[in-house]
Amino acid sequence: MTALLEVEGLVKHFVAERSVFGRPTAHVKAVDGVSFTVEAGKTLALVGESGCGKSTVSRLVLRLIEPDAGRVTFEGRDLGTLDAAHLRAFRRDAQLIFQDPYASLNPRMMVSQILTEPLALHNLVPAADRRARVEELLRLVGLEPRFARRYPHEFSGGQRQRVAIARALAVEPKLIICDEPVSALDVSIRSQILNLLRDLQDRLKLAYIFVSHDLAVVKHIADRVAVMNLGTIVETAEAQALFAAPRHPYSRALLSAIPVPKPRAKRSRIVLEGELPSALNPPTGCRFHTRCPYVVARCRSEVPQLREDGTGYATACHRTGELPGAEAIVPSDGGFSPALEKLVAAFNAAEASERRGVISQEIKT
Amino acid sequence: MTAGPLIEIEGLRVTFHGDDGRMTHAVDSVDLSVAKGATLGLVGESGCGKSVTSLAIMGLLPKQSAAVSGAIRFDGFDLLDVPDATLRDLRGNRLAMIFQEPMTSLNPSFTIGDQITETILRHRGGSRRAARERTIELLRRVHIPSPEKRIDDYPHKLSGGMRQRVMIAMALACDPQLLIADEPTTALDVTLQAQILDLMRELKAASGAAIILITHDLGVVAEVCDEVAVMYAGEIVERAPVDELFANPQHPYTVGLLGSIPRLDRRTSHLATIEGMVPNMANPPTGCRFAARCPFVEDACTRLPPPLALLSATHASRCIRAPLERLVS
Repeated sequence: MTALLEVEGLVKHFVAERSVFGRPTAHVKAVDGVSFTVEAGKTLALVGESGCGKSTVSRLVLRLIEPDAGRVTFEGRDLGTLDAAHLRAFRRDAQLIFQDPYASLNPRMMVSQILTEPLALHNLVPAADRRARVEELLRLVGLEPRFARRYPHEFSGGQRQRVAIARALAVEPKLIICDEPVSALDVSIRSQILNLLRDLQDRLKLAYIFVSHDLAVVKHIADRVAVMNLGTIVETAEAQALFAAPRHPYSRALLSAIPVPKPRAKRSRIVLEGELPSALNPPTGCRFHTRCPYVVARCRSEVPQLREDGTGYATACHRTGELPGAEAIVPSDGGFSPALEKLVAAFNAAEASERRGVISQEIKT
Repeated sequence: MTAGPLIEIEGLRVTFHGDDGRMTHAVDSVDLSVAKGATLGLVGESGCGKSVTSLAIMGLLPKQSAAVSGAIRFDGFDLLDVPDATLRDLRGNRLAMIFQEPMTSLNPSFTIGDQITETILRHRGGSRRAARERTIELLRRVHIPSPEKRIDDYPHKLSGGMRQRVMIAMALACDPQLLIADEPTTALDVTLQAQILDLMRELKAASGAAIILITHDLGVVAEVCDEVAVMYAGEIVERAPVDELFANPQHPYTVGLLGSIPRLDRRTSHLATIEGMVPNMANPPTGCRFAARCPFVEDACTRLPPPLALLSATHASRCIRAPLERLVS
C-alpha cells in the first residue's frame, strides 16, 4: 500500500534582504530538505520550537506557497505537475485548520454561508440539499443545527474551532492539516476539541498532519512524530517509541522539558544553553551543534543524514548509539490515586450521556 | 521579618461598569495570602478573574469603570486605600509584575537598557552610570549573553525568550518583595519555558521574594508553586498546598481540569471534558457557579452559594459535596 502523502526533499528559502538592485542578498532557509510520509487514517505530528519551519512545511504541502525544490505526492500524483483544475481537486482532498478561530472565520458570514461556500466552490452538493448538509456537518462536530444562522462572534473559542473543523470537513477531505489547532484554547475546551478530532478520525478515516509545540498534546494524538529543528527533520519515529526513549539530543531536550502536573516529579531536565541560532545563517554541519551537549568535532563540519534503523525510527545524529541511554528522559506524571481516577471517570461518564444536551445549552447562557 | 503573610487580600471584589449600564462581577470575595519566600499559583481559565485580581493588587485597573472593594494589605499599607503617589513608589520597586506578552509590554522605541535604568533611577536614584552598571548586572543574572552589548539593543532585536528575560530583569531591578507573574511562559517554547521557570526558582531562592504565578497550565504550577488557588467565575473554588491539590483535589472543577490534561504516562482514548460554559458574570447564578457543568450536582447546590469551607488546616474547597471521594466509593 502506498502512503496517502509523500514529501521528498522539500526546500523553501525566503528572501530576507535584497540589494539596491533587487538582487537577493540573504535567505531564510525556512525548510531545507524535509521528507516524510503520511498514511491514510493516521496522524503525523510536526513538532519543534517557533521558527523551525513546521508551519511553512504545512503550507508547502498544500501548495499554498511554491517549494523551491522537492516533491509532494498525494495518492501517487505529483502535485508539482498538476494544472489549476487538478490542483483544485487536490484541495478538496486536503484541508487546513488554523490556530486562531477568531481570525480564521469571516465575521461577516453566517455559519451556514461559511459552510456552504466550500460546497458551492467544489460543486459538491446540489443547491437544494445544501441546507441539510450544513445541518449534518454541524451535528458532526457537536454543534446544534440551529446555529447555522449565527455569526462567528456569537460563539466561544471552542465552538468557533468546531465551526472551522466543520468547514474543513465540508468537502470530505482525506487529509487535514491542523496548525496548532488547540493552542489558543483553554484547557477544558482543548480536551473537547482533541476528543472531537480523534472521533472524526475514527469515523471518517481522516489523516492529520498535526503541527504543534505542545508535546503532551502530541503524545496524546499522534501516531508518528517528526521533530524539526531549523528547517530540517532531526528525528522521526512512532510516537510510542519516541516518547519511550528519544534518541536525538534535541528531541531529548524537548521531551525532558515538558511540564507535568505532578509536584516534585522526578526529572532529568536537559537545559539547552545558548540561543536558537538564526535560520538566516544556520550553523554549519549539524544545525543543532551550537546547543548540543554531546557535540564533537565532526558535528561542526559534516551534516548528519536522517538514518533509519530498520524499525521505522530515523535519527539525524552522528553520535546515535554512542549517547547514554534515554530512559526516564520524559518526566513521569505518576498517575492519579484510585479515588481521583474514579472522580475523573465521573466526568467522562457524565460527558458521554450528556454531551449533546449540554452543548445545546451552551449558547443560551 | 516577623512571621505572617507578606501580602493579605481580604474580600476583594471587582465590578466593571459597562457603557450600557451592565455590571460584570469579575472578582468576588477573594481571600488570599502569600508568605515571604513562597510561590502561590493562581489557576483558572480565561475570564475567571485571575488577571483582574493581579491588576487590582498592582492598582492598575481603570478607575472610571472598575469598582474595587475589600482590602489588600501589604507591609502595613492597604493598597486599595493609599494615595496614587505611594502606589507609584511601591510599583516597580517593592511590587513588580511580569506580563504575558513580552512583545507588547516593552516599548519598541527605547533600548532595553533605557527601560531598565529608568526604573532604577526612578526608585533608587543615583548616577546614570551606576544604574547602567546595575542593569548589566541584572541582564547577566537573567542569563542574557554578552549583556554589555545587549543593553543597547532595541526590543525588536531580541527573540521572544530574551524579551521575557528582559521583562524579568526589569521586574527585579529594585529587588521586589512581591513579584506577580501573569502567564510568564505561555508564549514561549517548552525549552525556553524550562529556562524561565528555572530562573524564577533561582531568583526566589536568592532574594526570598514572594511570587504570585498566574497560569492556566497545571504542569507549570506543579513545578514551581508551593500553594495553589483555583479560580472559577470570579471566585476561589479551591485552595491547598501544591502536593495536596494534585493528589487529592476537592472541588469538581479542579478534578475536571486535572482530567483534561493529556497524560504522558499512558495512552487514553478520551480526555475528560468540562462541558458547558462559564456563567455570564453580569448575572451569576444564585447557587454554586459550577453547578451547571458539574457531574456531581444535586438540588442543594443550586439553592445557596456554597462557602469556601476548610477541609483541613490548609485545604479549603467551595463545594458542599466535599470530601468528594465518598461520591465514588
